Amino acid sequence: MPLLSWLIVLPLLGAIVVALLPARRPEVVFPVALGVSTAPLGLACYILWVFDAGSPGVQFGEFHSISDTFGLSWTLGIDGISLFMVLLTVILFTLSIAASRSITHKTKTYMALLLVLEAACIGVFLALDLLVFFAFFEFVLIPMYLLILIWGSGDSSRAALKFVLFTAFGSAFLLAGIIVLSILAGDTVGTASSFSFFAALATDLSDTAQFWLFLAFGIGFAIKVPMFPFHTWLPDAHTQAPTAGSVVLAGVLLKLGAYGFIRFNLTLFPDATVQLGLILAVLGVIGIIYGAAAATVQPDFKRVIAYSSVSHMGFILLGTFALTSQALGGSIFVMISHGLTTGALFLLIGMIYDRTHTRVIADYGGLAKTMPIYGGIFLFAVFASAGLPSLSGFIGEFLVLIGSYLTLPVLAISAGFGVILAAVYLLWMYERIFHGPVVNPKIEALKDLNFREIAIMVPLVVLIIGLGVYPKPVLDRVQPSVEIILDRIEGITGHEAPEFGRDGDLSVQVSADSVNGTNHGDGDG
Amino acid sequence: MTDLLWLVIAIPLAMATINILIGRRLGEPLSGILATVAVGVSFVLAAIPAVDFIAGTGEPVTIRLFTWIPTMGVEAELLWDPLSMLLTLIVTGVGALIHLYSIGYMHGDERFPRFFSFLNLFIGSMLILVLAANYAIMFIGWELVGLCSYLLISFWFTKPTAAAAGKKAFIVNRIGDWGFLIALMLLFASFGTFDFGVIFATAPAVLSVGMATAITLMLFAAATGKSAQIPLYVWLPDAMEGPTPVSALIHAATMVAAGVFMMARSAVLFELAPATGVVVAIVGVATALLAAVIAMAQKDIKKVLAYSTISQLGYMVLAIGVGAYSAGIFHMTTHAFFKALLFLGAGSVIHAMAGEQDMPKMGGLRKLLPITFLTMAAAWLAISGIFPFSGFWSKDEILAATFNEGGVFYVLWLVGVVVALLTAFYMTRLMVMTFFGSGRWDEGVEPHESPASMTIPLIVLGLFTVGIGFINTPFRLGFEHFLDPAFQGVAHPEEMSAALIWTLAALTTVVTLGGIAWAWARYRRSELPAESGVWWRRALGGFFVDDFYGDVIVAPSRAAADLAVTTDEKALDGVAYGLGSGVKSLGTTLRPVQSGKVRSYAGVLAIAGIVLIVAMVIIGGGF
Amino acid sequence: MDGLEVTASWYLILAAALFAIGVAGVVVRRNALVMFMSIELMLNSVNLTFVAVSKDLGLIEGQVASLFVMVVAAAEVTVGLAIIVAVFRKRSSANVDELAELKG
Repeated sequence: MPLLSWLIVLPLLGAIVVALLPARRPEVVFPVALGVSTAPLGLACYILWVFDAGSPGVQFGEFHSISDTFGLSWTLGIDGISLFMVLLTVILFTLSIAASRSITHKTKTYMALLLVLEAACIGVFLALDLLVFFAFFEFVLIPMYLLILIWGSGDSSRAALKFVLFTAFGSAFLLAGIIVLSILAGDTVGTASSFSFFAALATDLSDTAQFWLFLAFGIGFAIKVPMFPFHTWLPDAHTQAPTAGSVVLAGVLLKLGAYGFIRFNLTLFPDATVQLGLILAVLGVIGIIYGAAAATVQPDFKRVIAYSSVSHMGFILLGTFALTSQALGGSIFVMISHGLTTGALFLLIGMIYDRTHTRVIADYGGLAKTMPIYGGIFLFAVFASAGLPSLSGFIGEFLVLIGSYLTLPVLAISAGFGVILAAVYLLWMYERIFHGPVVNPKIEALKDLNFREIAIMVPLVVLIIGLGVYPKPVLDRVQPSVEIILDRIEGITGHEAPEFGRDGDLSVQVSADSVNGTNHGDGDG
Repeated sequence: MTDLLWLVIAIPLAMATINILIGRRLGEPLSGILATVAVGVSFVLAAIPAVDFIAGTGEPVTIRLFTWIPTMGVEAELLWDPLSMLLTLIVTGVGALIHLYSIGYMHGDERFPRFFSFLNLFIGSMLILVLAANYAIMFIGWELVGLCSYLLISFWFTKPTAAAAGKKAFIVNRIGDWGFLIALMLLFASFGTFDFGVIFATAPAVLSVGMATAITLMLFAAATGKSAQIPLYVWLPDAMEGPTPVSALIHAATMVAAGVFMMARSAVLFELAPATGVVVAIVGVATALLAAVIAMAQKDIKKVLAYSTISQLGYMVLAIGVGAYSAGIFHMTTHAFFKALLFLGAGSVIHAMAGEQDMPKMGGLRKLLPITFLTMAAAWLAISGIFPFSGFWSKDEILAATFNEGGVFYVLWLVGVVVALLTAFYMTRLMVMTFFGSGRWDEGVEPHESPASMTIPLIVLGLFTVGIGFINTPFRLGFEHFLDPAFQGVAHPEEMSAALIWTLAALTTVVTLGGIAWAWARYRRSELPAESGVWWRRALGGFFVDDFYGDVIVAPSRAAADLAVTTDEKALDGVAYGLGSGVKSLGTTLRPVQSGKVRSYAGVLAIAGIVLIVAMVIIGGGF
Repeated sequence: MDGLEVTASWYLILAAALFAIGVAGVVVRRNALVMFMSIELMLNSVNLTFVAVSKDLGLIEGQVASLFVMVVAAAEVTVGLAIIVAVFRKRSSANVDELAELKG
């Protein structure tokens, strides 16, 4: 059974089901949407269960040719890196839908768009054909644009437009890069062009080709991440989007760019990675400090979290381009953890926004007095985001810092400063919203979280603690895929990653089977 | 028995979780009693295997629980050796007493179960810190106790000062933690592991002096945060906004000693970096002096004790600096008892005075609070260093070790003696203003002795305060040899002649008695002296270090953050919008071309066709 | 009349002339109907080219293509004339210079 295709199709089917619901029964839309969103969640959990943890290559491979002449195919596959990206996606989408009870305007369209968006996001992580990847990567924009435009608050049309224009600008470069690469890869396999990831992997690219392709792919992904100085679309989009939009935007969409860097730039252009990685790592560290500094003085608490995302994404860039196994594994862990913690913060902000319809920090004060459960969970999320050890945020940042010190010591030490700043802006925000006396009479009358809202937060809280205390299951599955990338870079460029703490059993060579084998359906597929 | 050691940590953490989840249903005394029992059980579980060490037959063991971060080879491991055993017993023992005390002290508080949940969480976190077998696990505990400190300082969060104090404590500590993180990076780059066993065994071979100095300086930076040394001590006085049992447990007895503990744990590394030792010693003694001077002028009883804690921590840091690790740990042990006692006593006084913390409004409480007075008096004599109370032994050991280093350390020793004088002065001032003379109470205040749940811990701590010093006297250095396994072969300081030790001790005692007499003469009158001189006011304001930091660090940081936002809105978005409007104006320029006249389009098309044909003919040489 | 053999070039020159007249007609005349006829002229000049070259090279494809052109021209005339009639009814004029609503 083509499990991975089902993973993409299930949310689409769900979207159709939701769209076909009778218009005169609006009350069934929410439960139905929530119900269908659990289908991909269940399937993803099953895939996690049967996933072979020790294997570095792609599993559950699927291959159906679309055009032999142009080397275009429906190729899907999942490895340790994409596995957790997909899991993060399905978890956050289910929770976002559960948190969208308060949407009353065009509920059906809203839910259907969310499910379509889910399918597109999963598609990005699974696609191993460059053009299919690009199609999903771009398709994500449409539902997101509509979600911000129609259900957003404030100046939502401007924010939505800014979001689309920025990303589309980057995508133009990405598309150009993909076409050039496909022609070069076509030469290798003897067709006019080949969009297959494996054909690209087998192509011996010259240094110049790598340089320009790295830049073309890099601009596309850097804007999506977003990397400093391309980040200015993010605070606007995050702030104006509805709750589910913000959660998905921060939790999943930003990861598309980071995932792209790891999957394509690092893997396909190793020489250029070694050559240009330092620049990206520097920009990452600037992003860490800059995002944190900008977050401290924001008057709107959604903007605080948005800038904190810029800061966290900097850790991902640093970890990715430090080119050590700890740092790269760490940056994937940061991706997972950032999805959970920032997702939790945006969900929480959505819950209070539903009650008060204001996001201005100065309107609050003493909230922990009137809503103790809410205050407690919010504080938990704040500390998770600030990277408190024993919670998930710490593991990733710690791996990134320690791992990148081995190759980029000055940057790692500077990035460590970002950890302090995270405490500054988050705790200061918390103090102004939750502590102090209750001044605003509207705050006095607020009701604490209800059962549904607590039920949404519980899985996140459990996951954040669970991954922080026992990250081994994740790291064990991610690491083989990380090692294979680094070994390829080492093999091609001779760039040595320091060996400290690296488990010998985990080092796996890029073998001929992992390049060719998956074309014929590796693993269970 | 060490197999069950993980329970020592797990039980308080489990109880904390229970109290968070269903504490409200357990209700007022029950949630507190359960929390106290949990810590008590931990104490017993730790005390049973501790017997081996005390009997001298124990061997250090490492207990592996599970793999934490496989890619860095970090195991969740506990190290059970004399040092961690001692700290575990102090944390759970003093902790249990303070839990018991809190049942009385927090009576009637709306968030009573929440308070005990946080206290339990603290005990669990502190035990992770002290029992850790590698730096990564230690860092978990290190940060978690910071979290608990934040939660408990801002426990009464509706008070803006309490909320701000909690935040300040966490952030200032985090600045120190940056040092810890850098030290972790350096350690991993040097050793490829965080494991204490491997690092300490191979450090002399692996580390250059430069690297050892860098690592230890970074660890020391971390310690200045947690153990409140110059320049990061400013959070501790503010931390007194928390409930008094918290001040006793976290900000006097245990957490603030974590920095000293961590440095003692890293003794092997500090031995390799003599330059760090000098820095540590100077910072320690400078902190001790500065804090003692500030303590002399404080009017709030808890503030006096807070600065006194900073000052005493300075002594411990001095001990680390001069390589007298066991002396530092010894002073930390005695200090844990007498300072916890002083805080709990102060809490009892505040309780009796209906929340009044201002010493000029106290006085004459000796008869009304006999138990509190007697126990606090014991602590007063202990901290001042009067024979044979515990502080006498531990403080004199540090001073003697400093003196023994010679050279520039004579100066440090001299400053240390001056600090002893000032300590005696401010503690006597505190005792006299609180317990002697006539009552200067506000109207309606009727002081009364505290309930048994509060006085029992006072009495128990009082007994320890008197007696604990005898575990390590110059006649019988049991303690030093007892800690030997923890320091992995770090040499003891040179032996001193008994005559010299006793001479120095006698000298300090004379100075101390002088300090007591000075304060006694100054404050044991019907009218309190005015204390209005310019130095009194400066000391009362803590020499305005907070304002200085505000101007030099906070304000420029604010400006930098504002600059970042301006850059975003003006420069970066400016470029983006500039691109957009550039495209737009290009379109406007080209607009007239699209005239809507079909014939002109056709004409252009025809001309273009002709040009194209001509070009092809010229370039391509015809068809 | 010997020496004056009619070759494919003659047809091509005629076709080019017809095409040029058609272009001139489209550019110069304002009446939509006349412009339309000029376009037909251009299409037919192309047809002539197709047939001439087809004959010259002995290939049938050119004649097939010219049939396609005729079909398309017929369809185009139908739609085009309908539009012109509709425009004329609305404005009682077929002057294309007045139809500039879509200008930029």
